[in-house]
Formats: sequence, C-alpha cells, structure tokens
Amino acid sequence: MNVLNFVNAFFSDGAHWHGYDGIPTRLAEHIQYSLIALAIAAAVALPVGLVTGHYGRGGNALAFIATAGRALPSFGLLVLMVILVGFGMVPVMVPLVVLAVPPILVTTYEALRSVDPSPVDAARGMGMHESRILFRVELPVALPLILSGLRSAAIQIVSTATIAAYIGIGGLGRYIIDGLYQRDYEKVVGGATLVAVLALATLGLFWGAARVAVSPGVRRGA
Amino acid sequence: MIRIDSVTKRYPDGTVAVDRLSLEIPDRSITVLVGPSGCGKTTTLRMINRMVEPSEGRILLDGTDIREQPVNTLRRSMGYVIQNAGLFQHRTILDNIATVPRLLGWNRQRARARAAELMERVGLDSSLAKRYPYQLSGGQQQRVGVARALAADPPVLLMDEPFSAVDPVVRKGLQEELLRIQDELGKTIVFVTHDIDEAIKLGTMVAVLRTGGRLAQYAPPAELLTAPADDFVEDFLGTDRGIRRLSFFASSALELTTTPIVAVDSTAEQIATRGAGEAPYLLVTDLDGRPLGWGEPGELTAGRIDPGRLLPYGRPFEHGRESLRAALDGAVLSPTGWAVGVDGTGRVVGVVSQQTIGEAIRSAHAEGGDAGATAGAEARVSG
Repeated sequence: MNVLNFVNAFFSDGAHWHGYDGIPTRLAEHIQYSLIALAIAAAVALPVGLVTGHYGRGGNALAFIATAGRALPSFGLLVLMVILVGFGMVPVMVPLVVLAVPPILVTTYEALRSVDPSPVDAARGMGMHESRILFRVELPVALPLILSGLRSAAIQIVSTATIAAYIGIGGLGRYIIDGLYQRDYEKVVGGATLVAVLALATLGLFWGAARVAVSPGVRRGA
Repeated sequence: MIRIDSVTKRYPDGTVAVDRLSLEIPDRSITVLVGPSGCGKTTTLRMINRMVEPSEGRILLDGTDIREQPVNTLRRSMGYVIQNAGLFQHRTILDNIATVPRLLGWNRQRARARAAELMERVGLDSSLAKRYPYQLSGGQQQRVGVARALAADPPVLLMDEPFSAVDPVVRKGLQEELLRIQDELGKTIVFVTHDIDEAIKLGTMVAVLRTGGRLAQYAPPAELLTAPADDFVEDFLGTDRGIRRLSFFASSALELTTTPIVAVDSTAEQIATRGAGEAPYLLVTDLDGRPLGWGEPGELTAGRIDPGRLLPYGRPFEHGRESLRAALDGAVLSPTGWAVGVDGTGRVVGVVSQQTIGEAIRSAHAEGGDAGATAGAEARVSG
C-alpha cells in the first residue's frame, strides 16, 4: 500500500467527515490556533519592525532577537510552558508566537530600510508628518516584503500548530499523533496531507492579498 | 525676500559644511547656488526649509526668523524639488502632484483638478495622469517633481540639482521650461547645481561657493563672466568665458545688410547689381525668403540657381531674440564668414560679416564695462 492509497482511504471514509474528531472540526480548530498565533505575533512584531525600520535604529538588537527566537525549539518550549503554566492554550501559543515573530520582525525592518530614501526626503521636505511618511510613503512601498514576512510566519505556524495535539488540544495534529500511537498510518498520512493543503492555501491567500493590497506602481518587479 | 544671515553649519565630528554665509535672495527671481562638491550648497538649501538646522546664524523669510513658525507649515509654503524627483511610486502621477494640496486639507476632487492644471503647465500630456512613476522617462518624472512642488502655489521653490540626472538634451528642455514657467509665475527660486553653465543660463543671481562652505562671489552671471572675484571663481567658470559672456548681449545691436541677398529665380541683372557690393558672396534664398546657401556672383546661373552647388550658411540666428554669441557662432560656422539673420519664422532679414560682429562686440564691451554687466543680465537674451 502506498501513500496515495492511504490518502484516498482516509478521505473516503465517511466517519472522518463529522463529529468532534471529524475533518471540519479539526480544520477549524487548526485555523483558529494559527490565526490567533499570527495575530499576536503580528501585533508584537509589526509595530516594532515599522518603527525601528523607519528610524533605522536597533537593527543589531533585532538580529539578535531573531536569531535567539529561531534557535528555540518549538517542542521544547511547549514542554517548558506546560511545566510552568500547566495545560491549556497558553503553552501552545507561546512557541507559535516565538516562531512567528522573527520572520515578521526582520522582514518588516528590512522592508522599511530598503525603501528608496529620495521620496522620503521629498515627503519630509514638503511638510509631511513622520507618521504620515511612515504609513503613506514607506509602508505602501515596503508592503510586498512585509507580506512575504507574514506569509512565511503563517506557513510556519500552520505546520507547527500540530504540536497542540501533544498536550491534548485539537487541531490537525490530532490525526498525526493519534495515528502514530494507534499505528493507524492512514490517519497519519491524512492528517499530514491536510496540514500541507492548509499551508498551500495560506500561500494562495497571501498571494491574493498582495494582488489586492499592493499598488500597481509598486507591484511590477515584485 | 530670504535673508541668510551669517549662517554656519558645523557637524558633531567638526566638519564645517557652511561657514558664516550671508546671502540676500531677491524675490521673484532665480538665485543659483553653485560650486564643487563639498561646498555646502545643498546644506545651505536644506537649511532654508529646515531639513538641516544651522549651528549659528539665522535665516529670515520676509523679515521673520523661519524658526518662528511650525516646521511643517514652513515646508508646505516652499516647493521642494530633488535630484531624482523622489516620486511616490505607489501613487499615480496625478496623486503625486496632488500631495501638498491634500496635506493642506483640500478635498480630493479640488486637489486633483489642481494637479491636472499643473500637468499642463509643466508640459505633461494629460494621458499620463493615471500612469505610475515607473512608466515615465527620467525627464517626465522630473517634470512631475516640479509640478508637485508647484501644486499648492508656494511663493518659494527650492530646487536641489533637479536636472542633474537626465541627459543633456532633456536637461536643456527642462531648463528652458523652467525659465518659461518662471516668466509666468514669478516664484522666488533657490536652485542648487554643480554645473556652472546651468547656473549662468538660469540664474538672475549666482552665488559661487568654495569647498568648506564659504562664499566666493555673489553676482549676476554676466558680471561673473566679466569680473570673476578671484582665481577660484575664474577657474570654476572654465574656458571660453569671453565667448559665453556674449550670450548677454542682444543681437539687435547688429546692423544687418540686405544687399548681398538674391532669390533663387533672380535675373542676371539682379545678380550683377547685388554682387557688386562689399560681400564676395551672395546669399541665395528660396521664393519664401528662407536661406538656401552662399554662391559667388559669377557662378550663379540667372533664372535657375542650383541650390545643390551652394556653400552652406551655418546656423542662422534669430535677429533680436538671440544673442551676439549666436550671431558669432553662425558667422564662424559658415565658410564665407558671414552670419545669416532670420526672423521668428525662419525668413532671412539680413546678413552680417564677422567684421561687423567684431565691431558690435567691441562697442558692447565699451558700453557695458563692469557696471553694465548687471543690466546685461536683466536684459538676458536667449541663445
């Protein structure tokens, strides 16, 4: 039996399509965890990245934080969090946010730094406030790169959110972990396939968002 | 009037960019700051809109210290044009130009209507309104930069090497466009360049700065060419300054002669009469009066002169509008040593010999002298 047969068997089994352990429930849970984690990470990393990028200061500190964040193993952090705060959503969110902050932070900072300085100079010279320069001059030009940072963060979150299942919470990780434990490889492969499809859908979503949000004057070449 | 009053800019590392500079910038005229790199010309310009704050001294705008109003109010009252135009690539051309009116709180419709008006004024086709900056050539982008600076009708325009990044042909067009716009609008323009020819062409007054941010000379361009203050200014002006100074004398002073001119269908008698004058050659024109070329009277066949066998007539000058420099250039370019004067439509109004041009130059210098150079600049003639 090959992988495709597993996939086929998993998805054609009607029992997998309803109930608390059905695909719709698990998918919804997974998406929910991912969205919350991405929102928290963005709320932390975007403002810091925008401000440091605008003023061009703090690049070294950011690089340090990013490296440190990337060096922390998600699974280890999960276990540590469970020891520290017990079971629940918090121990799941911490590793996901720590995973997502560095790519958002670093690309946002770099995106702002790579904006051509002459329109910024022109804007300042014509009497634009600094906040307006940041949001109306720099941000629209930096947007493709910022979105790419959010995209890699989102994809990493989607694939890593499976760890929630280790501490008894839902999400697509359930199929993988339960399947491994029960030696039900059909389930393992089915769960992994769902995670992969969700990651690809995320990719598509960001591609669409860039088409809508980025000005045609900036989009060429990007 | 902008008065720069003993201004010094010293950076924390001790570098002095501008050193006790004082300048009075007259209203409704173009004042050019020119000098080699490191002379502090851009720093000086940027101190006028407080992009750089002076370490010492002050700058007065109509008698009031520029620090007495909020910095963004000051900047919105001064148009600002920079070298690479600095357009907002995510905005259409129209919205780029509408930026300052929008900052001043105009509604979108009014700001866009004003922007459309400005596009026309700077010579941009209205079909470009919805384009993005990357779709425009360098010269067009720079026109947008000028339009954007003019959009809120500020009394002052600060221009920092605005035409340096475009090729010479486009640059010449932009310079002429700027002079035309200035004729119409009469702004107080401060213009920074490293190109002395551009300074002389555009400036009503030219401030030559030397490395270290010190003023070497502040004078109208004709005076600069006539009487450079020192070796530095003379060296910076480069060669040919005598010839270049001729740009400031109108060719209307030249007395043209119409004797050695014949039409292409002239009779033998006409050729003989006309050819008897001082000129060894006759200028042949077509039936409309436009020049065809020079020929020796003996070689011209009455009734049907062959234009292909005539000598070239060089570049004709527009009598009255162009300068003595253009007339001299025309005479030097023609193998006969005579220049052809034409009117605005290109029809010949007369011819003049190198010798007559030389006499006109001598008398212009005699009349002009040092004092007259100022008047010469005001009565600047193109070409």
